[in-house]
Amino acid sequence: MFGYLLKRLIQMTLVLWVVSVIVFLMMSFTGDPVFMVVPIDATDSEIAQARRLLGLDQSPLVQYWRFLTSLVQGDFGQSYVFRQPAMTLILERLPATVEMVLVAMVMAVAVAIPLGVYAGANPEGRLSRTIMAGSLLGISLPGFWVGMVLIYLFAVHWGVFPSSGRGDTAELFGLRISLLTWDGWHHIILPAVTLSLGTMAILLRMTRAGMMEVGRQDFMKFARAKGATRHDVLYKHGLKNALIPVVTIFGLQLGDLIAFATITETIFSWPGMGKLLIDSIYRADRPVIVVYLMLVALIFVVINFLVDLVYTLIDPRISLK
Amino acid sequence: MMTNDTQNPLLAVRDLRTYFHTFSGTVKAVNGVSFEIGEGEVMGLVGESGGGKSVVGFSVLGLIDEPGKIEGGEILLDGQDLVTAGEDRLREVRGREISMVFQDPMTSLNPLHTVGRQMDEVLRLHTKLDADARHQACVEMLESVGISQAAERLKAFPHQFSGGMRQRVVIAIALLARPRLIIADEPTTALDVTIQSQILKLMRQQIADKGASMILITHDLAVVSEMADHITVLYCGNVVERGKTRDLIETPSHPYTRGLIDSIPDTAHRHDRLMQIPGSVPDIRNLPKGCNFRDRCPRAQALCAQQEPVLTKQHATLWAACHYPLKPGETA
Ligand SMILES: Nc1ncnc2c1ncn2[C@@H]1O[C@H](COP(=O)(O)OP(=O)(O)OP(=O)(O)O)[C@@H](O)[C@H]1O
Ligand code: SF4
Ligand SMILES: [Mg+2]
Repeated sequence: MFGYLLKRLIQMTLVLWVVSVIVFLMMSFTGDPVFMVVPIDATDSEIAQARRLLGLDQSPLVQYWRFLTSLVQGDFGQSYVFRQPAMTLILERLPATVEMVLVAMVMAVAVAIPLGVYAGANPEGRLSRTIMAGSLLGISLPGFWVGMVLIYLFAVHWGVFPSSGRGDTAELFGLRISLLTWDGWHHIILPAVTLSLGTMAILLRMTRAGMMEVGRQDFMKFARAKGATRHDVLYKHGLKNALIPVVTIFGLQLGDLIAFATITETIFSWPGMGKLLIDSIYRADRPVIVVYLMLVALIFVVINFLVDLVYTLIDPRISLK
Repeated sequence: MMTNDTQNPLLAVRDLRTYFHTFSGTVKAVNGVSFEIGEGEVMGLVGESGGGKSVVGFSVLGLIDEPGKIEGGEILLDGQDLVTAGEDRLREVRGREISMVFQDPMTSLNPLHTVGRQMDEVLRLHTKLDADARHQACVEMLESVGISQAAERLKAFPHQFSGGMRQRVVIAIALLARPRLIIADEPTTALDVTIQSQILKLMRQQIADKGASMILITHDLAVVSEMADHITVLYCGNVVERGKTRDLIETPSHPYTRGLIDSIPDTAHRHDRLMQIPGSVPDIRNLPKGCNFRDRCPRAQALCAQQEPVLTKQHATLWAACHYPLKPGETA
């Protein structure tokens, strides 16, 4: 167990290191950040001095070494635009993104699992066909379009939900959380629904496919022969056996949603990391982009690890090795 | 008078018809099957692959799924019909009154639940015992099917057991709620030969101990001749012959039964090599008119192609559906 954890830790560090190289290379190919920090009318010597200050006059290797050492120390530098530590900026907005993604994921799972189980257990039924047709829509409709339609219907037309912003937040352990206020919930519904539809559809289809597969297995019939209720057969015996691919996709989608909440955040002016990223890309605010990319990489790596742990909880035949 | 025609049989199946409505036509998997089992009796249900043996077993438990359906007949447990019973009643019956052992022990157990949990489930469903009593009952049952260190083994998962051990677990599960009838659907075919006889011995002994009845489904007449009190032979969803084991094995009257017996390897019958019944089972979706066996039957005559034979009384305890049945002493 300890050996496994150590191995995983080394693996994760390696992945993050590779990401840091890629991020560094990307940054060096995308314009000269010195113009972000000097005034428009700066003289050549002023520019040269700024370049020295930023370390941009050094060789790429030295620059990378400095980049890496400061990353390791958690020093991502100051945002060129906000003149604040880039890390602080991102972390301030992280809760908004995370809570929107979590609400979206919970909604996706809450709908996808029961409907997927039903559709898998009654593949020929009319309701199942309707569910499957709906899930096809969920997969194929682009998120931004869904978001706009929802805004039009629920915000503009019926006026039941606000179309933008985060609403009131309350503070918990120094984090600003929408989910602690009624107004926050009111604001989070539309963006979370928008974000969840695609994932919901994918999880539903995975669950259905898994249940259909499991439904053919002898142990399902044996469970019925023991006298178990239909519900127990489906959920206690069937679902757990169908869950491995669903958990895999869940993990990937969770990472994806955090990374690509950008579009939804933009449509709903949701003050999360994604929106900050877009703004920072426009302004070539390198430190912020770097923090964002490294953080997303870290999140992916951690989710991946957690998913592997969950596998072992589900299936005793899978062990940590 | 057949021995199993008791006054009040435990289970009486009358004219059971179970059909599968598939795209390529209706499969009449079980087409008018009748038999009876008394308390404490073992009935062998034999026939070649596709004869409808498993479908009979699943029909009795109400486990026929789409596109299958029980189209007619009665399944009387203590005189009460299960065909018309609701799902709630069937759930009471399953595991409690009638339980089932499947062919393949590798796939009958849920790979993700411990053996203990899967055993406990039966007791939770069918008894009012508290957790301790259930645990105790599980330990005792596992021990009685020959698994040592039962308390420890309850915490293990199926993949930590060998095939023979898993089938013992399945049998333990089938016996736990003390059902009155056990349907064993080829319980040993997936196991290797030495384990097969152990498991069969175990089942026979357990059934005798508990005073339960059993339907032993198999294509192996040798197995069934050792264990069954009486035998029902299925061919293409019909009963072709039935009767007491000794009569049926020693002096079968139906040519199909004769063929099955002749293909038992290593019997007392003086055959140099194994005889197989020539030909193959006809497509059950469009059976020929007359006797289903006639294309393979050495005794077939013109009448066999025109008229379907019905079960009629033969010598000793036998009943057979054949126009030209064998007399005792005739070979083929
Ligand atoms: N779900 C199903 N859909 C369509 N046909 C089926 C289905 N289940 C069984 N059948 C058909 O019913 C007939 C009887 O099948 P059954 O499984 O009862 O045979 P069996 O006597 O148990 O054979 P085996 O010795 O191979 O187990 C076969 O022709 C089979 O193809
Ligand atoms: S009825 Fe005719 S074909 Fe059928 S088993 Fe008897 S003799 Fe053979
Ligand atoms: Mg079978």
